[in-house]
Amino acid sequence: MSALLEIRDLATHFASATGTVKAVDGVSFDVNAGEIVGLVGESGSGKTITGFSILGLIDAPGRIVAGSIKLEGRELVGLSQGELRKLRGKRIAMVFQDPSTALNPVLSIGEQMRMALAAHESVSRAAADERARDLLARVGIPEPAKRLDAYPHQLSGGMRQRVAIAIALLNRPSLIVCDEPTTALDVSIQAQILAEMRDLARDFGTALIWISHDLATVSALASRLIVMYAGRIVEDGPIGAILRSPRHPYTRGLLDSLPSMAAPGQELRQIPGSMPSLANLPPGCAFAPRCTHADAACNAAPPERRDGERGWRCHHPLIAVPA
Amino acid sequence: MTALIETRDVAKRFREAPSLGERIARLVGAGSDERTVHAVDGISLSVAKGEVLGLVGESGCGKSTLGRMIAGILPPSEGTALIDGVPAMGGGTRPVKTTTRVQMVFQDPFASLDPRMRIGDIIAEGPVANGLIKPGEAAADAARWLATVGLDPSAAQRYPHQFSGGQRQRIAIARALAMRPDALICDEPVASLDVSIQAQIVNLFLKLRRELGLTMIFISHDLSLVRHVSDRVAIMYLGRIVEIGDSRGIFASPRHPYTRALLDSAPALRLGDEDATGFKPIRGELPSPMDPPPGCHFHARCQHADAKCCIEAPVLTGGVACHHPLKEAPQ
Ligand SMILES: Nc1ncnc2c1ncn2[C@@H]1O[C@H](COP(=O)(O)OP(=O)(O)OP(=O)(O)O)[C@@H](O)[C@H]1O
Ligand SMILES: Nc1ncnc2c1ncn2[C@@H]1O[C@H](COP(=O)(O)OP(=O)(O)OP(=O)(O)O)[C@@H](O)[C@H]1O
Ligand code: SF4
Ligand SMILES: [Mg+2]
Ligand SMILES: [Mg+2]
Repeated sequence: MSALLEIRDLATHFASATGTVKAVDGVSFDVNAGEIVGLVGESGSGKTITGFSILGLIDAPGRIVAGSIKLEGRELVGLSQGELRKLRGKRIAMVFQDPSTALNPVLSIGEQMRMALAAHESVSRAAADERARDLLARVGIPEPAKRLDAYPHQLSGGMRQRVAIAIALLNRPSLIVCDEPTTALDVSIQAQILAEMRDLARDFGTALIWISHDLATVSALASRLIVMYAGRIVEDGPIGAILRSPRHPYTRGLLDSLPSMAAPGQELRQIPGSMPSLANLPPGCAFAPRCTHADAACNAAPPERRDGERGWRCHHPLIAVPA
Repeated sequence: MTALIETRDVAKRFREAPSLGERIARLVGAGSDERTVHAVDGISLSVAKGEVLGLVGESGCGKSTLGRMIAGILPPSEGTALIDGVPAMGGGTRPVKTTTRVQMVFQDPFASLDPRMRIGDIIAEGPVANGLIKPGEAAADAARWLATVGLDPSAAQRYPHQFSGGQRQRIAIARALAMRPDALICDEPVASLDVSIQAQIVNLFLKLRRELGLTMIFISHDLSLVRHVSDRVAIMYLGRIVEIGDSRGIFASPRHPYTRALLDSAPALRLGDEDATGFKPIRGELPSPMDPPPGCHFHARCQHADAKCCIEAPVLTGGVACHHPLKEAPQ
């Protein structure tokens, strides 16, 4: 069985005054139908640009310079804007971090949902409203019929994000890229939306790529984890196995720096330094300058992915913790 | 222990200014009227010298407003905030900040530093202006505080844009320390930083507290972080404190149903292959602070609410403001 989404050796670069920014550089992964995949990594590691690449949203000075993205067997790299627009919202959708940017302030919720539907199929107004109402109810919006006439500013941030999710779900896409959709929201609303997304994905068979910098949130949702660092995937595999026994020093460092991993008041473990500039990556492993295990081999050449259900890119992987 | 920080029935009301979306909507005839926000609604608390008080609660519950009143940069509508018995702000029609003994560290290290100033000047400006040091001592003073926060003294010659987010937050902390404060109000000081950088800054706060004996109010929505750094915790809901007490006790066995719900709603790191249902969302949404419900503000979302809860506001007694506090869990 082939995967729903197959990304191979994807490279998305940006031309800049200080050189080529290798935002995504040789990324490969699969997403199966109905699967929830978590994508974590620190700020600037290339998570959003990976998502934008999948949806064909890369604009100049950025460009997909290499690689392939196949959705349901169909190559997306090289499609025209018109063809991409037909796919977006229909087969793939994206939910962004800031719900206020995704909604139009002068159109009512109902109008926006009708337009999103009409872009891909011809439905009567009554049928469109019914579908919109059903979905609004499904994403946890009380009195959905009334909300159709509401404008975005009349809704709270959590409600707006629910509307954005409802719009993403309208045409029942097979994949939704969720880019930190709950980070701008409050903890309590975040938990509600997490629970709803998990149930929706299961009920509709929709696959999710869940982008976040928060390992705890991702672990509550995803079955597989991808860890990015400086534009590359450094570790990927079943989430439980990775969190129990990370093999890459960066993943280990991320886990160890969480306050929940230390006793109250104790120093937290910290990863020294910060991520290198993507316009000026070291020749070897990009994590080498911060890594306590780095040696000459690490500085000489970037490690290859070790193949298998679990993968990592490290010359000196950590010893597996026995199950 | 003596209280360094004390608030007495401090309250703040705002006239709500319309948002951009709202102004646009008014043009098409869908807007609403101006209203009053009860951001902080009569809070009395005290923080002992050298103590760290964590302040948590949902967005908009008034944490920053309370912090700003204590720091003396926002005048209360009612009540007073006292630093060592002295009001943080003078009275009169145009209140002025009367103390430099409390300094604030903000969430966004990008917005809080003047991009046109050298780091050395950013740090020494306040203490020179307030007569804490002589102009001739500025350079040495900046170097000292840069070293304290773990930056090279050569940073003094550079500009904010030449630093990463974590480094900028260190600079903001150095600027606050240079005022020789007794207390820091840290308003989401690591929320905009990456996990790996967060740990560096949290360790810096722990070190400062140890070495300088600083008193701190630590505002954060990250419960595991608050638990890590705080001696005591205050939980706010819609402008009021609903529970306050020893951090260990509150996290082990909360007494207010809202605290319980808040703790249960945070997803925990799931290391096993157990079912991914390790968190329980709080039902409903935070009511509008412009139109807070009568009685206990939490009653519409509370499983234990009865008729009394809908009418009578519970008073904070024994560290909890609830008509039906939860039983303490047996040890
Ligand atoms: N238009 C652009 N021009 C130049 N560089 C860009 C552009 N857009 C993104 N980049 C760079 O690409 C890199 C990856 O960015 P991306 O937004 O994917 O990071 P991210 O992992 O999503 O980070 P965050 O957690 O902060 O959202 C960054 O270093 C960023 O500076
Ligand atoms: N200058 C202001 N003018 C009008 N309303 C304000 C102003 N500052 C705060 N508010 C309102 O007061 C209430 C409390 O705001 P505050 O910023 O203190 O909340 P908070 O708990 O810090 O929230 P967050 O977690 O989002 O930072 C909110 O409803 C907010 O909209
Ligand atoms: S390859 Fe070397 S430098 Fe990179 S993470 Fe592994 S041990 Fe560290
Ligand atoms: Mg991003
Ligand atoms: Mg705030």
